[in-house]
Amino acid sequence: MYDFSFQSPASAADAASALGAAEDGKILAGGQTLLPTMKQRLAMPSDLISLKGCRDLVGISSDGSTLTIGAMTTHGAVAASTEVAKAIPALSALAGGIGDPQVRNRGTLGGSLANNDPAADYPAAVLGLGATVVTTKREIAADDYFQGMFETALDDDEIITAVRFPIPQAAGYAKFDNPASRYALVGVFVAKTAAGPRVAVTGAGQGGVFRASDIEGQIASGQEPNSASIDEGELNGDIHASPAYRKHLIGVMAKRALASAG
Amino acid sequence: MPTVSMTVNGKQVSGEVEARTLLAQFIRENLELTGTHIGCDTSQCGACVVHVNGSSVKSCTMLAVEADGADVTTIEGLAMDGDTLHPMQEAFRDNHGLQCGFCTPGMVMSAIDLVDRNPNPTDSEIRDWLEGNICRCTGYHNIVKSIAAGAAAMRGQKAAAE
Repeated sequence: MYDFSFQSPASAADAASALGAAEDGKILAGGQTLLPTMKQRLAMPSDLISLKGCRDLVGISSDGSTLTIGAMTTHGAVAASTEVAKAIPALSALAGGIGDPQVRNRGTLGGSLANNDPAADYPAAVLGLGATVVTTKREIAADDYFQGMFETALDDDEIITAVRFPIPQAAGYAKFDNPASRYALVGVFVAKTAAGPRVAVTGAGQGGVFRASDIEGQIASGQEPNSASIDEGELNGDIHASPAYRKHLIGVMAKRALASAG
Repeated sequence: MPTVSMTVNGKQVSGEVEARTLLAQFIRENLELTGTHIGCDTSQCGACVVHVNGSSVKSCTMLAVEADGADVTTIEGLAMDGDTLHPMQEAFRDNHGLQCGFCTPGMVMSAIDLVDRNPNPTDSEIRDWLEGNICRCTGYHNIVKSIAAGAAAMRGQKAAAE
């Protein structure tokens, strides 16, 4: 890992100005992706701006219709929270299935979303639930936030502060995980909302997480979900699974997610 | 260079480090506590697991500067008086929970964090928790047995203290 200059500001606003002022700055949240990436020299930031001192970015609260989770809240804290388990149990289960216990003790919601790994779990929940990403500058609807593999709507000097999840009538998440990394080969999040079902797929799309509108239609009309209309040409293929296999898994995971939503 | 200070195994320590210094390097090279092992250096094997403010973390995937002000426990901090092993260490010895021993410090630190959260874990909960700890010798069977026995001993110790 190349050396860098390190800063640890006390608020998200200070972190955003430090990020704007840095030559090639990066925000350090839990570091569970960024540090391994820096060790491989795939990232060589001039400045690392740590959010560990920003206590206002940690926390979970619910007002009965919206569950708000601070960006620096760890996966482990989300998985263990009784507030989350009461409001959106599918989100507890999703957070408890990320990586391994030590990764969950460091990795954060905001870090996962800012990175937008195409096989990460949280993007499926955020898009599936139609959440709002709150930043130092504005509020971004999930449908506008994810813009392709590792691409988001965030500006260069913009930091996620929290995510607001509308509490659905019911929700479920099912993933077929890579047995070594626990990343999703395919993960499907199904949410039943007052405005109809929402279905988000992670791990499969070449452009990262996406909504499966045909499956939403099938669930709305009471049909069993199937992935027949998904375009295989838009899906990932690698040593773990071909596009055809991932397409098949989308249907299977959608059925399982729907069943777990009840 | 940044200066870091933290409590390690109950002692206040500090040092000057490059910002890129990993917590694992600081523990091994600055503090010369070499019980914390670096197996893979890619966050996968768990040989470097230590506790930071009571939670198990992979010290190869945390910067030393991020642990500034923290309370850190390494494998050396478990048998505090030097002679009496922690019940989890004792359980690994009694149940042949190690062969080469390289992964053992991480296994023990990880196991204690599990038992702190879940005092009576089932075998499948133990196996699930060990997702981030890799052992290339034992096939895990005796590690799971050790952790179950260590959990029972920790429950006994807690009951005796109350």
